[in-house]
Amino acid sequence: MHIVVCIKQVPDSAQIRVHPVTNTIMRQGVPTIINPYDLFALEAALELRDKFGGEVTVLTMGPPSAEDSLRKALTYGADRAVLLTDRFFAGADTLATTYALATAIRKIGETYGAPDIIFTGKQTIDGDTAQVGPGIAKRLGLLQLTYVAKIGALDLAGRTIEAERRSEGGVQILRTRLPCLISMLEATNEIRRGAMKDALRAARAPIVKWSAQDAGVEDISKCGLRGSPTIVKRVFAPSPRAEMAVLIDFAGRPPAEALIEDIFKRQPKLEAELAALARGF
Amino acid sequence: MSEPTKAAAPSGRAATKKELPEHFRGYKHVWVFVEQERGQVHTVSWELMGAGRKLADKLKVDLAAVVIGPDGEATRQAANEAFCYGADLVYVVADDLLTDYRNESYTKALTDVVNTYKPEILLLGATTLGRDLAGSVATTLLTGLTADCTALDVDADGSLAATRPTFGGSLMCTIYTLNYRPQMATVRPRVMQMPERLARDPGRIVVHPLGLIEDDIVTKVLSFLPDRESAKSNLAYADVVVAGGLGLGSPENFQLVRQLASVLGAEYGCSRPLVQKGWVTSDRQIGQTGKTIRPKLYIAAGISGAIQHRVGVEGADLIVAINTDKNAPIFDFAHVGIITDAIRLLPALTEAFRARLSPHSRDRIAS
Repeated sequence: MHIVVCIKQVPDSAQIRVHPVTNTIMRQGVPTIINPYDLFALEAALELRDKFGGEVTVLTMGPPSAEDSLRKALTYGADRAVLLTDRFFAGADTLATTYALATAIRKIGETYGAPDIIFTGKQTIDGDTAQVGPGIAKRLGLLQLTYVAKIGALDLAGRTIEAERRSEGGVQILRTRLPCLISMLEATNEIRRGAMKDALRAARAPIVKWSAQDAGVEDISKCGLRGSPTIVKRVFAPSPRAEMAVLIDFAGRPPAEALIEDIFKRQPKLEAELAALARGF
Repeated sequence: MSEPTKAAAPSGRAATKKELPEHFRGYKHVWVFVEQERGQVHTVSWELMGAGRKLADKLKVDLAAVVIGPDGEATRQAANEAFCYGADLVYVVADDLLTDYRNESYTKALTDVVNTYKPEILLLGATTLGRDLAGSVATTLLTGLTADCTALDVDADGSLAATRPTFGGSLMCTIYTLNYRPQMATVRPRVMQMPERLARDPGRIVVHPLGLIEDDIVTKVLSFLPDRESAKSNLAYADVVVAGGLGLGSPENFQLVRQLASVLGAEYGCSRPLVQKGWVTSDRQIGQTGKTIRPKLYIAAGISGAIQHRVGVEGADLIVAINTDKNAPIFDFAHVGIITDAIRLLPALTEAFRARLSPHSRDRIAS
């Protein structure tokens, strides 16, 4: 079988800093990582390949430096890596991104064999939209299973797959037809350490690099900034509240009691409500 | 969210206003997708009705609810209820094929209603259902979709201004869908205030057919396993929440948070780093990528207060911050602060609350 895993190279957002004067993101020196949510997708794909045979192709769209993340994916055991990189893709919102990725996935299918499953992570840690997976599925006319916690029976001959999907208030057990797109939920598996042979291979493996034209993009106006219906008009840091927090004056009292006094002074009804709650326990 | 300190240069996609294409000019009115699963309307839908009402009033247009579900009492009731939360009219797609949420059938239902009745704004809850559906519908319609908004407003020229945190919650950005319709946005539960429910008679209901048979829908629901009641955390809707952050120093110290929560009959939560470190499970995370809370009392112990966390707690009536660092950003938005080590204060606070709230606690300890 052939599985395509879409990954994204993201800044390690915990380390993002905002310039105090210009209010802009300071990207310099911020380390980049594979979007952590994508690793659950990659591991799920590798497990299926190990069980059923076949190949895993990882795909990303990004600047030339996104090659680092693709090599990392190869060290985990992915068979092939495709980097979609072109200045025409710059500034893409989720709709333009799905146009480019769907086009590249079609090309991957023509070149390396039609994929049976496309995997994505639940969302990225920089954009946090969770829109790209469903968008790719819609553009390719594939069925989608999002927020998948567990993959069940896979029948390659019968072209069906079962999966447990997290929904509000429970888990749906679904069966759908291949090919399909699956977005994996976090903490559903643990990325493997990667074998020594994969690490050695990854260091030298060629990365397939496609421009928009190479990938078969027919309408460049659907890519990047031009192909994005949404526009970011303003970026800003939220200001502090008008008043800062009032610091508790202990006045010789134990801090815990001083704090409780202050809380109930500010929220007079709260004490009775809390007492009622406490009685219930 | 508060006003910006200053306008910054837009990064990446800059604003260029063109004329709205002719075929989009007929798109009018504000819509809210009313999400129901297994006979229950998700509260986020009514919260969105509150936000949608304000947008509609500002634009001087109607607010409509879209109710999609099985043909039966639950869907009828959801439609009638939408009027009590401010709907001027309700679109209904009722069909037993819509009993379970499935992407194919719900995408068809919502896309068809949009293409037929043409709203200018469409809002959905950012739940697992809403996010699954919104991405498919926006891509089908080839329009813009802004996820997880924390503020919605309309501009002088009538465009939707959707504000959301970006870059993992380090900055806020305001996003527009200028030349496409509808302008779509999702909002997480509890971000918008629950509007008051007014007893009102049902108004105009427009019924739209689904136009599918079961054979058209490929994906089958084999079964549904509801979460055990005890496993459900009520964090988003709790009246009192106690949460811990990295200032607790070690995973063992997180029990101090749980103990205080237990005495207060509260829910407990944490900031994002504790989930990333594996100290606490992700369903307890509070913030932009976790739960948004609106409790009467929120106690944050050892949490520095990054924007990512801030946007999830700003709706709390009273925010109490415990932190050793007097420069921690949490003191910028907490109402009450106490500069001390949470590890030492929490046990004392737990005991003091226990003594104060339960007059019989002394008797129990004595016996």
